[in-house]
Amino acid sequence: MEERLRRTMMFVPGNNAGMVKDAGIYGADSIMFDLEDSVSMDQKDAARMLVYEALQTQDYGDAELVVRVNGIDTPYFRNDVFAMVKAGIQVVRLPKVESAQMMLDLVKVVEEAEKKFNIPVGTTHVMAAIESARGVMKALEIAESTDRMIGLALSAEDYTTDMKTHRYPDGAELEFARNMILHAARAAGIAAFDTVFTNMNDIEGFQRETEHIHQLGFDGKSLVNPRQIDWVNKVYEPSKAEIENALDVEAAIEEAHEKGSGVISMNGQMVDRPVVLRAQRVIRLAKASGLINEDGEYIEE
Amino acid sequence: MEIKQTALAGTLESSDIQITLSQGNEGIQIDLDSSVEALYGPQIKKVITDTLAAYDIENAKVKAVDKGALDCVIKARTMAAAQRALGTVDKPNWEVL
Repeated sequence: MEERLRRTMMFVPGNNAGMVKDAGIYGADSIMFDLEDSVSMDQKDAARMLVYEALQTQDYGDAELVVRVNGIDTPYFRNDVFAMVKAGIQVVRLPKVESAQMMLDLVKVVEEAEKKFNIPVGTTHVMAAIESARGVMKALEIAESTDRMIGLALSAEDYTTDMKTHRYPDGAELEFARNMILHAARAAGIAAFDTVFTNMNDIEGFQRETEHIHQLGFDGKSLVNPRQIDWVNKVYEPSKAEIENALDVEAAIEEAHEKGSGVISMNGQMVDRPVVLRAQRVIRLAKASGLINEDGEYIEE
Repeated sequence: MEIKQTALAGTLESSDIQITLSQGNEGIQIDLDSSVEALYGPQIKKVITDTLAAYDIENAKVKAVDKGALDCVIKARTMAAAQRALGTVDKPNWEVL
C-alpha cells in the first residue's frame, strides 16, 4: 500500500451542497463523503448524484477521496458503488463490516463497475468500518480480505451499543476494540482510523483522546467538524528533537548511499530498519506540519 | 421522455438549488428565482435545459429556487428531480451521470 499521511478523515454529509462544495478547503488528509447515516432514506438518490457531480468538477487538492456507501444489505448499495466508481473515487468505505466475505462481496461489485465504465480493474481501493463485537473479533481477516484494502476504521457509536455500554470520557470501553483494530491493520500493512469524537464543546476530552490514540499508534482520527483538523495535526506534529534526529538519520542514509555501503551508521552506531522507517514518517509529518522546508531543513519557530 | 409525476430535489440551504419538475407541453419552461439572476440566470437555465435534454425530456415546467448553487450542484439536483419525475430513481441513467 502507498504510504501516505492519514491523520484526519473528515466526514462530509453527502446531501449538503455547501459542505460538499467546501470540503477541500480545510486541509484534511482524507475527505469522506457520506451517503449513509447522514442522508435520510428519501434523499439517497439525490446525495449520490450531488457527490458524483462534485467529484467530477471540484478541486479537493491532495486529499484522499473516500465515500461511505450504504450497507451491503440495503437497496442503495449497488447504485452507490456504481456511481462512485464511475466518478473515480479513490476509496469506497463499507459500513458495518463483520467478515472478509463482506469485503469480497463489495469488491465484486466494484470490479463489475470498473469493467462497465472502462476503469482499469483494481483502481478503486476499499476500507472497512468496524462497528460491532463480531467485526472486532474478525478484524484481522477483514484487514487481509483483499489487496484493495487501505484501512480499518473503528465506529464507536454502534460498537458501544452492541457491547451494551456507551461512551465514557476515559474511553475504557473502547480499549479492546482499538487495540484489535490497530493490530489487525498493522499486521496487514494498512491504516487504522480511530472513531469520531462528537462533543464539540469538550475540547479537553478531544485532546486527551487524540493524544491517547496517537500514542497507541493510530494513523489518525475520523472527524465530524473541520475545526478538529488543526487540533489533531497539532498532536501528530513531531517535536524539534524528533525532527532533528530524523534529519540525521536521513543524512546517514544519504552518506551510506554515496559510499555504496549497505550499512547505515550514525554516530558510530548501526541504524536499524525500524529507525529508518520511523524517521521517514517523522519527516513526512514534519513536512505536512510545515516544520521543515523544501530543502529538508528544520524551520525555527 | 414524458414526466410521470411532479418531483422535487434539492433544498433551500445556502449553496443549493431546489428544482421542481412538473408536466408541461410547451417545451422547457423555467421559472427561476435567484438573487444572482441578472448575472447568472442564463447559465443556470442552460445547465438545467442541457441536463433535461440528456434525459430526453422535451416538455416540462421547471421551478428553480437558487441559493447560490454551483453548476455541478444545479446539474445534480436537476438529475435527481428528473429521475424522480420519470419514476426511474432505482435505475440511474449511467449515460447521463
